[in-house]
Order: sequence, then C-alpha cells, then structure tokens
Amino acid sequence: MKEGNKTTFWKELAKGIVISNPVFILALGLCPTLAITNSVTNALGMSAGVIFVLLCSNIIISGIRKATPVLVRIPVFIVIIATFVTILSLVFEAYIPPLYKSLGIYLPLIVVNCIILGRAEAFASKNSVLLSAADGLGIGLGFAVALIIISFIREILGTGSLEIFGRQLFKLPGLSLHPLTFFISPPGAFLVIGILLALFRWIGVIKDE
Amino acid sequence: MNNLLTIFIAMVIVNNIVLAKFLGLCPFFGVSKKLSNAFSMGIAVTLVMLIASVSTSVIYNYILAPYKVEFMKIVIYILVIASLVQIVELTIKRTNIILYNALGIYLPLITTNCAVLGIALINSAENYTILESMVGALGAGIGFTLVLIIMSGIREKLDLADCPKSMRGLPVAFLTAALLALAFVGFNGMV
Repeated sequence: MKEGNKTTFWKELAKGIVISNPVFILALGLCPTLAITNSVTNALGMSAGVIFVLLCSNIIISGIRKATPVLVRIPVFIVIIATFVTILSLVFEAYIPPLYKSLGIYLPLIVVNCIILGRAEAFASKNSVLLSAADGLGIGLGFAVALIIISFIREILGTGSLEIFGRQLFKLPGLSLHPLTFFISPPGAFLVIGILLALFRWIGVIKDE
Repeated sequence: MNNLLTIFIAMVIVNNIVLAKFLGLCPFFGVSKKLSNAFSMGIAVTLVMLIASVSTSVIYNYILAPYKVEFMKIVIYILVIASLVQIVELTIKRTNIILYNALGIYLPLITTNCAVLGIALINSAENYTILESMVGALGAGIGFTLVLIIMSGIREKLDLADCPKSMRGLPVAFLTAALLALAFVGFNGMV
C-alpha cells in the first residue's frame, strides 16, 4: 500500500513538469509568464511564489474537500488562494523588498492565475491530500521550468549578461556592449514564447491538437 | 482635467493593458478568432472593469486606507469582483435579453480575467482618486477592446494563410501579438 502510494506520488509530480506543463502545453497562466520573464531573478521569485501558493492551496482544498458544499466551492477556493497570496506578498515585502518591488502588481495577481484555480477545481477537490500536494508541486515546478527557460533566453539576449539576485554570473563579450534590448521589452516576450511554442511542436514535444 | 486626459490616453495606447502590461491574455488569445465575438467581449470587459474599479476604489479610499488594512485588498477585491460579475450578469439577463445573449457566455469568464483585478490593483498602487480610477478603467477597457478587435481582424485573415504546420494556431498568434506590441511601442513618450 505504502509502495503504491509512493509511485503515484512521483508519477503525479513528473506529470506536471513534462506531460502537462502548464505553460508550454496547456497555455495557462500566460500573464505572469510574459510579464516577469525579463530577468531570471524575477522568474525565480515568481516561481517560488506560485509553487508556495499552489502547494498550500492544493493541500488545504483537498483537506476540506468533503466539508465544502459543491455550490459554493469556487468562492471558497478563491478565498483560500487569496489568503495564501496575501501571506506571500507580506513575506516578500518584509524580507525581499527589491524583488517585491520589481514583481509589482504581478505578485497579487497570482490570485487570478488560472493554473492555481484550475488545479484546485480539476484535481485537489477530488483527490487525497498527498496526491494533491504532488500535483501542486509538479505543476508548480513545470511552471518554474518554463519561466526559467524563457527568462534565461530573454535576459541573455536582452542584456548580454546573466545576473541572479544582484550577483553577475557571466557576461558575453560582444552582446553586452550592444545588447538586443528588444528582447527585454514587451514585444520580445511575445516573440520568444511564440517561437518556443513553435519549436516544441516542431520537435514533437507538443502533439498537434 | 489635463491630468484625467493624460491617464486616459496612457491607459488606452501607451500602457495598453494587453500589449504592454500583459493582462487579460487568456481572452486575448481565446476570443480573438472572430471579429463579432471580440467586440462583445471587449464591451463586457469594459463594463465590468468600470464598475469594479469604481467600487474597489471606494472601498480602498474609504475603508482600507483610513483603517490601515491595505493588506486585505487582495481578498476583498477578488470577492467584490466575483460578486459584481454575478450581479451584472443577472441584471443584464433581466433587463436586456438581446445584450445577454450576445455577452452571456463571456461574463462568467471575466471573474478570473486578470485585467479586471489588475486595473483595481493599479488604481490603488497609484493612489488614484475615485474619478481618476474611473477614467483609468474606461481607458483600459477601450484599449483592451481596440487591441482585441485589431487582433481578431488579423487572425481572420491569418486562418487563410499558408504557414508552416508547427506555427499554426497559438505560435503564430503570439508572433502577430509581438508585431502588434512593437507597433504600440511607437506610442512611448507620447505622454
């Protein structure tokens, strides 16, 4: 019994990262994906926030799933999610103010990120606490992977160097003198995601719908 | 007056909520396949945004700010917006059945539209007064409708174009949005 639980836990975890990657495959949660991927630091902060909220809300929602009346479940989910987002934004404001400032309104907007409400409705409200935690963690990590890939490309091309939490990791000789600032501007975000989606389809990671 | 005009123009084109702030992308890519749907969706969003901004602005200026409980704004705003959408839906259903048939299916979707909550949050972050929030929300709604209509016009033509198989659908829509956003960057520095 215990062994069986363990394998499904890892299966749920892996599912979120690859097979149903929220950004590249389901195309959910696009607003933060485009808005804060102009630097890897922002992407890491946003990913940490989403993983925290998704994990906590999935655990709580699945814990109270038998006590929640079906008719009012959506408002209940939203209030639980909003509570965790409030906790998150207070923590960020107190301990990492620069990140809090650069994420701006996109931090509170985690509330309306369709990934989180989607997982609550589709998974956590029907499955056990352990599986919901695995699902939350997996989908959260899948989101993080997507965000980090996109922000890595945008920051390297847009500034010619890579900086994480104020520490410079490396600098490309030619590009840092004449960076392609287009890539850290809003149109660059659309372009990078469009090309990545097409690329993933071309090499067959994403099946045609 | 001048200030209000600046806010309005900035919201419509310079800081367009879709192309510069990336809010409301789900309906932007989801509903922009047909011109008529795009228009209805734009009107519905503008309406909800306007009502939601005014009510959240009143709550912020008269309840949250004086009692120093600004941190509650996320929970309060989302509840206000969700119930407002329900009320608007019911009102339209009772009073104007033609409008309801045109907008009906889009209204529930708007609750989780980040543009509505986003505008409410921008208004309180910028410390706008109630009138300024109203003008800002109207500008944002018009900006959203404008971009949605342009995009759907392009996508109707794009369906007939012969593009590579892996680019079809969402990827090419993103590239179109990139070009559109690039055009809107041209408005920078106007305000």
